[in-house]
Amino acid sequence: MNNFTDVFKTYDWDKTKQSIYAKTSADVERALAAPKRDLEDFKALVSPAAAPYLEQMAQLSQQLTLKRFGKVIQMYVPLYLSNECNNICTYCGFSFDNKVKRKTLSPMEIMQEVAVLKDMGYEHVLLVTGEANQTVHVDYFKKVLDLLRPHFASISMEVQPLDLEDYEQLTPYGLNTVLVYQETYHQDDYRKHHPKGKKSNFEYRLETPDRLGQAGIHKMGLGVLIGLEDWRTDCFFTALHLTYLEKRYWQSKYSLSFPRLRPFSGGLEPKVEMSDRELVQLICAYRIWNEEVELSISTRESPLFRNNIIKLGITAISAGSKTNPGGYAVEPQSLEQFEISDERSPAEIAKIITAQGYEPVWKDWDVCLATS
Amino acid sequence: MLKIADKIFNSRLFTGTGKFSSSELMEEALLASGSELVTVALKRVDINDRDDDILIRLKYPHINLLPNTSGVRNAKEAIFAAQLAREALETNWIKLEIHPDPKYLMPDPIETLKATEELAKLGFIVLPYIHADPVLCKRLEDAGTAAVMPLGSPIGSNKGLKTIDFLEIIISQSNVPVIIDAGIGSPSDAAWALEIGADAVLVNTAIAVSNDPVRMARAFKLAIEAGRMAFEAKLAKPVSYAVASSPLTSFLDE
Repeated sequence: MNNFTDVFKTYDWDKTKQSIYAKTSADVERALAAPKRDLEDFKALVSPAAAPYLEQMAQLSQQLTLKRFGKVIQMYVPLYLSNECNNICTYCGFSFDNKVKRKTLSPMEIMQEVAVLKDMGYEHVLLVTGEANQTVHVDYFKKVLDLLRPHFASISMEVQPLDLEDYEQLTPYGLNTVLVYQETYHQDDYRKHHPKGKKSNFEYRLETPDRLGQAGIHKMGLGVLIGLEDWRTDCFFTALHLTYLEKRYWQSKYSLSFPRLRPFSGGLEPKVEMSDRELVQLICAYRIWNEEVELSISTRESPLFRNNIIKLGITAISAGSKTNPGGYAVEPQSLEQFEISDERSPAEIAKIITAQGYEPVWKDWDVCLATS
Repeated sequence: MLKIADKIFNSRLFTGTGKFSSSELMEEALLASGSELVTVALKRVDINDRDDDILIRLKYPHINLLPNTSGVRNAKEAIFAAQLAREALETNWIKLEIHPDPKYLMPDPIETLKATEELAKLGFIVLPYIHADPVLCKRLEDAGTAAVMPLGSPIGSNKGLKTIDFLEIIISQSNVPVIIDAGIGSPSDAAWALEIGADAVLVNTAIAVSNDPVRMARAFKLAIEAGRMAFEAKLAKPVSYAVASSPLTSFLDE
């Protein structure tokens, strides 16, 4: 086994999908009663057959999350550095063919944004860009990490997939976590949604977590964009990917996200709708299947949904997010990636977490811990 | 009375500070527990901030801080973190946690031994979190450890003393205090640990995640007192064989 592509090639999308939809209530009950759950159990838990068991799943998910993570929720915030992008992605505001003025933040502008985030209380920051290798490249990231390191306890990145050597160069600069979402594991559909740019290479993206593991990254995040294809099948492949990675790169931590497609100006309508009920089912299924993985929720979701999901299995939440470069201070009107759904401030979200008997945690890492 | 390095402890319950629903509740539970040694993850606190929300709540004369290195992956990172903690928190006590495996948080015996050797030389009071491995415990003694902290079962699992057979060997041959760390899910587990002769236990999840952490902290305090008392009073050995009415060896007396 050289990398995940070899594993992936042994699976067939349609057969996998059929096997999920063929799961019965007996399979669901077996999965719920099992002391440890495998990928077949995961299929049962995301299948339509599990829908009547939602309350039971939520109770179990809550218990397992409390045992592992306690009554705490990690706070994080995205910092968009650039909306320049050479890719065409049918669902994204930054898509190359979206003819709107682009912006990449300068060091001085970044520090203006940082001041706002620090005032909000943030210690964990997520850097986001499009893919524009001519301006937003490894040297740019090094400069940004150097700038930010004194100000944040933990720095994550959600940028274009990079080569192994690039990741190896960036980790000594304090890069802790990298998020890279496959968008969809349906290869033909992936091609349709990514017709142009480096991102059209399905396998290069699929093998990015392998490169991150080889570079010894502390944490990586996986996920699919829900709305492109059948979510149950796509999330099964995410679980398969995670299973492979956990065994192979056992020194890395993992987190999962489940972003639902959000509207942007001139964007794509979701092919597949996922209801709130189904998203809860997915979150609980991930937790019941994997007790240790971190589960993260963004401002893509509505206030009502976010208020109620805190106790059901998630471990991290963002708040007060802007999805455009300069959105916090420098240029609030620049092109955004998508419209957020929950506009409440970090202080308001922290209050809601506290009111539910949980502690919002701002700092859970320290640069002094990763020196080699 | 329990003595580790040059410190005497009246309480044999050591506690953690993670997973509580608020720092107020953490403070109240720790006070109820009577614990005099409280571990704090360096990653959770701002060690340069005197008013850090967790640290400020641990400022009691009877509470000793035990900074831990949770998050480091090898000896080098652990030593660096320990030195920073010593400088900022003004204590040379360190709970050595090196678990390169973030899924099950299994301690790395090789890196832990290396770091213990080095830190002991640098004058630290080292309390290493380890597997229930009797040979490793002896090797750590040779390296200058102040105590050993073998796990009862996987951390956070609340499964109790799954490693009982190995813990008994460790306790029987240890020259340093044995503190059972990780997996203790209920006061009865804690009492059992003290009954078999453990010097202390460290409890976090079972207190922090219970519905009433303050009450649960008190329950652990009482269980540990009872367990220690039973150990000192010497438990009657359970008898698992019958006494034969016609003894097989009675002919020897004829």
